[in-house]
Amino acid sequence: MTRTIEIGSEEPGAPLASVENIGETGYSHVISLPILLGIFGALIALTGTTVAVTQFDLGPTWNLVVAMIVATVKASLVAAFFMHLLWDKRFNLLLLLSAVLFLVLFLGISVNDRSEYQNSIDAFNQAKDSAIAK
Amino acid sequence: MSHAHAEPVEHGNDMPDSLHDDAVHARNPMLAHHFDDPRHQFEAGKLGIWLFLVTEILFFAGLFCAYAIYRSQHPEVFRWAHHFLDWKLGAINTVILLASSLTAAWAVRCAQLGQKSGLVANIVLTIIFACGFLGIKYVEYSHKFHDGLLPGKYFAPVEEAWETPAFAHKHPESARLAHELAEYFAKNPVKTVSGASSNGNMAAAAGPVIVRPALAPEIEAKLRNPEVVGPLVDAGIIENPRWVAAEGLKRPAQAYAFFSIYFFMTGLHGVHVVAGIIVWLWLLRRTLRGDIGPRFFGPVDFGALYWHLVDLVWIYLFPLLYLVS
Repeated sequence: MTRTIEIGSEEPGAPLASVENIGETGYSHVISLPILLGIFGALIALTGTTVAVTQFDLGPTWNLVVAMIVATVKASLVAAFFMHLLWDKRFNLLLLLSAVLFLVLFLGISVNDRSEYQNSIDAFNQAKDSAIAK
Repeated sequence: MSHAHAEPVEHGNDMPDSLHDDAVHARNPMLAHHFDDPRHQFEAGKLGIWLFLVTEILFFAGLFCAYAIYRSQHPEVFRWAHHFLDWKLGAINTVILLASSLTAAWAVRCAQLGQKSGLVANIVLTIIFACGFLGIKYVEYSHKFHDGLLPGKYFAPVEEAWETPAFAHKHPESARLAHELAEYFAKNPVKTVSGASSNGNMAAAAGPVIVRPALAPEIEAKLRNPEVVGPLVDAGIIENPRWVAAEGLKRPAQAYAFFSIYFFMTGLHGVHVVAGIIVWLWLLRRTLRGDIGPRFFGPVDFGALYWHLVDLVWIYLFPLLYLVS
C-alpha cells in the first residue's frame, strides 16, 4: 500500500497534508503505522535469531556467515522502510549501494593482500624469536 | 528550424529580472531564498544527507577493514577476548537502538502529518533511548577499565579468558581443565636447570630445561580429548596439548588488539550517538518553536536518516564483537 501524500501544495487555501489528501504527485512518502511497527517487530525477532544461532556450532566460518546474513537482512529492512528507500528516488538507493560496493572492494582487497604476506611475517617472527633466544 | 526547443530564448522587455516567486516564499517562511519551492529544497537536502551517509559508511569502513584483517589473521584473539564481553548487554543495547530507530521513523511521520505533540514525544523518546544506550555503554566501559581490558600498551587483564563466567558457561569441561592445569602449575613452579645437567644424554645446546613432575593421568586423558581441549586450543590458551606441562597456559600474543578494535569501533559509534543526541535536541527546539510541519519536515527526515545509519553500524557491530563463536 504505497500511500504518497501531497505535501507542500502551493494552491491558495490548499489544506495542509492529512491522510485524506493522498496522491502520487506528492514528494514524500508517509509510512503507515502498521508497517512501522511490523518492521520493528521483525528487527527484534531477527536480533533474537542471531543470538539463538550462536548456540549452534556450525564451525567458525558458517557461524560468521549466518550472523552476517541476518545482520544484512536487518540492515536492508532498516534501509528499505525506516530510511524510506523503498519509496524514494532510486538515485538514493544507488548512492547507498555504491558505498557498499566500495566497502566490499576495500575490505576484500585489503584482506586478500594481507593474507599474501602472512608467510613472510611468520618467517620474520620466527627469525626474531630465535635471535632473541640466542 | 525543425527543433522548436533549439530556438534561442529572446530576452524581451516583458521578462522578469528573476524567476524568484515572492508569493511562494511569503507562504513558506522556512523556504530558503535560493530554492524555488519546498520540494526543491527538500530534494536538495535529501541528496546532501545521502552523500554524507556515503562518506560515513566509508569512514567506518576503515575500522571494519582493521577488524576483517585481524580476525582473518588472528582468529584465536577474537575467540579468547570475546568472553570478556557480555552479549546480554550488547543485545539489550541492540533492542534499545532498534526502538530508537522506530521512534525516529515515527517522528518523521508525525512531522509530515503535522502532528506536533506526536513529533515531540517521538523525539524525546529517541533521546531517552540514545541516553540509555550510552548508559549501558558506560557500564561496559567501566568494567573494561576496571579489569585492565584496554587497548595497546594499557592492556593488563586481571583475569584470563578461561576464568570468566562466560567461558565456564560455554565450555564447562574446558574451564575445569584449565583450572586443574593452573592448580598444577601453582603447585609446581617453574624450576629451570642448565642444559648441561648431570644427565649425560642432554645436549649442552638445549638451553634451560623446565623440570616438572608428570601430569595426573586424568588430566592427561582430558588433554587427549579434543572436545575438552579444543576450545582451549582455539582460544590460544593451550598452544599444544602435548607440551602444555612444559609451556604452561598461554594468552594469544596479540590479545590486546581485540580491545584496540573494540574501543575504537564502539567509541567512534558512541561519538556518533552523542552527535545524534545533539541533532535531536536541535530538532526538538525547532519543533517547539513551530518551524517543523508538513511543508517543512526535511530536517527531521535528514536527522532520522543519520540516526538510522548509526543503527545500521550497530547492527553489524553487535554480532561481530559480542557473538564470536
